[in-house]
Amino acid sequence: MLRFTLRRTLQIIPTVVVVAMLIFVIFSVVPGTFAASLFADGKRAADPQMIARLNEEFGLNKPLMERFATYVTDLAQFDLGTSFRTRQPVIDLINDRIWASLQLAIAAMAFALVVGVPLGFLAALRPGSVLDTVTMIGAVSGLSMPQFWLGLLMMYIFALQLNWLPSFGYGDGSFRNLILPAVTLGVTPLALLARTTRAGVLDVLNADFIRTAHSKGMSEAKVVRWHVARNALVLIVTTLGLQFGSLIGQAVVIEKLFAWPGIGSLLVDSVASRDIPVVQGTILIIVLWFLVINTAVDLIYAAIDPRIKQE
Amino acid sequence: MTVPLLDIRELCLGLAVGRSVVRPLLKDVSFQIMPGEAYGLVGESGSGKSVTSLAVMGLLKKPLAVSGGEILFKGENLLALPKRAMRRLRGNRIAMIFQEPMTALNPLSTIGRQIAEMFVLHQGKNWDEAQELAVEALMSVRVPNPDRRARNYPHQMSGGLRQRVMIAMALACNPDLLIADEPTTALDVTVQAEVLRLIKELCAERGTAVLFISHDLGVIASICQRVGVMYAGCLVEENETRALFTDPRHEYTRGLLGALPRFGSRSQHGRQRLVDIDSIIADRSKLVETRFIAPRCAEEGSRS
Repeated sequence: MLRFTLRRTLQIIPTVVVVAMLIFVIFSVVPGTFAASLFADGKRAADPQMIARLNEEFGLNKPLMERFATYVTDLAQFDLGTSFRTRQPVIDLINDRIWASLQLAIAAMAFALVVGVPLGFLAALRPGSVLDTVTMIGAVSGLSMPQFWLGLLMMYIFALQLNWLPSFGYGDGSFRNLILPAVTLGVTPLALLARTTRAGVLDVLNADFIRTAHSKGMSEAKVVRWHVARNALVLIVTTLGLQFGSLIGQAVVIEKLFAWPGIGSLLVDSVASRDIPVVQGTILIIVLWFLVINTAVDLIYAAIDPRIKQE
Repeated sequence: MTVPLLDIRELCLGLAVGRSVVRPLLKDVSFQIMPGEAYGLVGESGSGKSVTSLAVMGLLKKPLAVSGGEILFKGENLLALPKRAMRRLRGNRIAMIFQEPMTALNPLSTIGRQIAEMFVLHQGKNWDEAQELAVEALMSVRVPNPDRRARNYPHQMSGGLRQRVMIAMALACNPDLLIADEPTTALDVTVQAEVLRLIKELCAERGTAVLFISHDLGVIASICQRVGVMYAGCLVEENETRALFTDPRHEYTRGLLGALPRFGSRSQHGRQRLVDIDSIIADRSKLVETRFIAPRCAEEGSRS
């Protein structure tokens, strides 16, 4: 297990290197520069001298290979560069935002997990029941509802009408501020989790070894606890991992809607103003997050299923 | 005469929608198994062997349901037994081995733990004691290195070993009746012989009665004292094993025996063709209703 953990963790490194290179290449070929975007209000033409001066300052007129070399050497020292816009180190900008994002993503996932998995489980144990039907209708609605609309609805009901929760903002970082955006963000993974849990449990219930378990004279509850739960977990963990990884990216809309100071809104703002170092840094962090989650999922798999470690 | 251990009386079952049986699958199946006796059920796929055994275990899944008859185990009607009481019998007094050793064990649980469950469920042991008993159970089915094997997962074992594990599990609580549903069909021939011998010896040793289900007459002959032949949901013939082979009474049984290859048997033409049972697919529901066997028996004359 230790060797497996080590190997899976070390595999992150080459992936990060490749991704970092790709990010650099992509953003060196996108049209538009930071300097041009500063004057892009369309009313007056950009002053060519001004643009040249800015490009000089940010080193954008150096040859591509040289810029790449600088980028890689800085990266190796965990230096993500300096923002064009605010002249602050990118790492500081991200550090200001990432924790709010993680908080949001974890809260949303916890909500999805705590509600979605038990619902899917119960639905599978009583297929065709009222609970099953209601859960599956709810899951389909949850999947098809646009998040921004759901967010507005929640704001309207819980903040404006009932006045229970603040409508937007991070506030002092209190739990009350977190509830609305986290629930809104959590609805999609919740619906997916409920559905995959149901499908997974139904699948396991039909397996031969469940018949064996029944033939031993076990009660239904023990069959579920001893034999169904662990086997269904594999599918649940897969869904969980995939959803968790992409949640930070998905959070952009929610962060904008609820004025949540997360990494998603930082990314969108930086793209709009061609603040390339910030964009590169933010994407790298999101990729890293994805890889960490993926590795965690693999490790959990190995802990659940003894067949995986052997490969 | 002793009281039969298992006494199945006019058992009927079928596919049910709600409370009404829409498609009968078993019609008036009756047979008895004495304590310590090995009874074989033969028949082709779909003749109702497995559903009979599942009915005894109380493991019929919807839409299958018993529609009539009694299953008496030590004089007690299993069909009328409350769920909880049935669970106490299942695994404990009546145990079952299934056809597929590859999928019949939970892949994520050690086999020691899966055997130990029997002792926890039926003998009120704690997990540590149960684990030790599981190792002993493995030893009794002659699994080499039982200590180490108990910590193995099913995927680390061969099919034959897994079937031994199933046997160890089934016999863990010394049941009165062991139901073996095609336990050797998925195994290769040499392993098959070993597993058969194991079942035979262990059950003889412990006085466990066996209900052995197979479509293989040879296998049945090597293990059972009496045989019932099933066809299309009916028990068409029942006899001592030896008598069944020397003097088959029912057309279908004769057909089955004729289809059995025999070592060194030749007719005057040099080679003998195996008889095949005319395979008109008959409407099963009609067959069950009328016990009509003619359409598939070669000797019944009018073959359309």
